[in-house]
Amino acid sequence: MKLTLHVWRQKDAQTQGEMVDYTLDSVSEDMSFLEMMDVLNQQIIEAGDEPIAFDHDCREGICGMCSMVINGQPHGPQQGTTTCQLHMRSFKDGDSIYIEPFRAKGFPVVRDLMVDRSAFDRIIQSGGFVSVGTGAAPDGNAIPIRKEEADEAFNAATCIGCGACVASCKNASAMLFVSAKIAQLDRLPQGKVESKERVRSMVVQMDEEGFGNCTNTGACSAECPKGISLENIARMNRLYLQSSVSPT
Amino acid sequence: MAFSGLFLILFLTQHMTINLLSVVDSLRLNIFGAEESNLFNQAAYFMGNNPVVQFALQPVLIAGFMLHMLMAFVLQAKNAAARPDGYQYGNKARAYNWASMNMLITGGVVIGFLGLHFYDFWIPEITAKYVTGKAHIGDSPATEAILADVNRFYPELVHRMKYPWRVAIYCVSFVLLGLHLNHGFQSSFQTTGVSQGKYVAGIKKASIAFAVIVPLMFIVVALVHFFIS
Ligand code: HEM
Ligand code: SF4
Ligand code: FES
Repeated sequence: MKLTLHVWRQKDAQTQGEMVDYTLDSVSEDMSFLEMMDVLNQQIIEAGDEPIAFDHDCREGICGMCSMVINGQPHGPQQGTTTCQLHMRSFKDGDSIYIEPFRAKGFPVVRDLMVDRSAFDRIIQSGGFVSVGTGAAPDGNAIPIRKEEADEAFNAATCIGCGACVASCKNASAMLFVSAKIAQLDRLPQGKVESKERVRSMVVQMDEEGFGNCTNTGACSAECPKGISLENIARMNRLYLQSSVSPT
Repeated sequence: MAFSGLFLILFLTQHMTINLLSVVDSLRLNIFGAEESNLFNQAAYFMGNNPVVQFALQPVLIAGFMLHMLMAFVLQAKNAAARPDGYQYGNKARAYNWASMNMLITGGVVIGFLGLHFYDFWIPEITAKYVTGKAHIGDSPATEAILADVNRFYPELVHRMKYPWRVAIYCVSFVLLGLHLNHGFQSSFQTTGVSQGKYVAGIKKASIAFAVIVPLMFIVVALVHFFIS
């Protein structure tokens, strides 16, 4: 199929970027979106220009590196899917596709479609861990945990840290990501002991990074490739309130 | 935001209850042929003259409104700053509903409505009670006797509700308040962390019910006085 692509090109963080138009003539519907981008880059390189920089790594929906906002939706039109797992059969011959970087103060553009998501690393560093040594892998049944709790902890743990929640939120809020990490640890006995300190320091770091505040529109969860639930945000809010009332 | 919003929700429920008394009065007087029915007058007199209501609850309510609005603007400003450069194509994320994306607009209409509402009832009432010492009903001249009349509230309400433009503004404003509440009600349970597990579905349903019933009741009050009283 033939596509018209409007892609955000930006030399570096300091330079003003703009949308640049490209046409691709022979896109197969079996290609993934990133393979289509590879073909486009090949065409650009052959024409003697700089290829488009974009993030990617595993290309199987588990690492969270791929990003891009495709026609106004992070990771494109298919729900529950990362850009690398999105296929060109989601588009039609003759379509015009707008491809932009994730946009948020907390995610400055590095170049073209690449943004700096190290704010997420700093949020994790501020408390998204268990600070005691847990030793070697213990017997799975040594600490009994209710099945429902284990399942919910696991669901929260499926967050791949891609940042689509921030990109989709009208307030560029990172609360779905942060709350998934907090809930994952809070649901398990090893993590629960430090929940209150954790929620305070992670929220402080989140605000320092310049992310907005949640107004519960639900866009994050609807756009999240892993379908992380809004209930995690409610849990984080509750923990935060509890820790403001009684800090320990 | 959530606590001030929930506080305003309580106020709204109380206000609606008292207004509905005027509908009961109207139906008794106009449909069932009662000689007298002063439920609304009694409630309004109590609210207007009880020192706890006037000098404790009323200032708290005004402060609650101020706080809610102030936080709304601060929140809006902070959130706008979190995305300095918008999307060229526009943000097409799937979101729950229009109301959740436009709380400042629906809230703004509520403020506009409050302006009219204050002009209609609150300012005349406060001036009569604490400044001139004279009240009026409808187009009558203001006198001290009217101010002393414990049953002056109902006729004044009915008089105001006889103007079609005012009734129209009331109806539109309350529809928008309904949208504000539809998001705000459930949102405040999310913000306070109550929305968990088995409660989520119930809170959503209660939110819709509250956002439909309460504004609808206010509209019913306006329409009953317009058509029947
Ligand atoms: C009777 C009047 C009002 C009631 C009952 C009410 C109720 C609520 C509630 C319950 C919330 C949710 C709070 C949260 O989840 O944290 C809310 C949020 C909000 N309200 Fe109001 N409100 C009223 C008037 C206003 C007015 C006059 C404004 C004008 C600016 C306003 C602007 C907002 C904004 C911007 C939000 C935050 C949006 C969000 O969190 O999604 N509200 N309101
Ligand atoms: S919550 Fe979802 S959208 Fe946000 S970082 Fe995690 S996986 Fe990505
Ligand atoms: S490249 Fe790893 S999730 Fe898409």
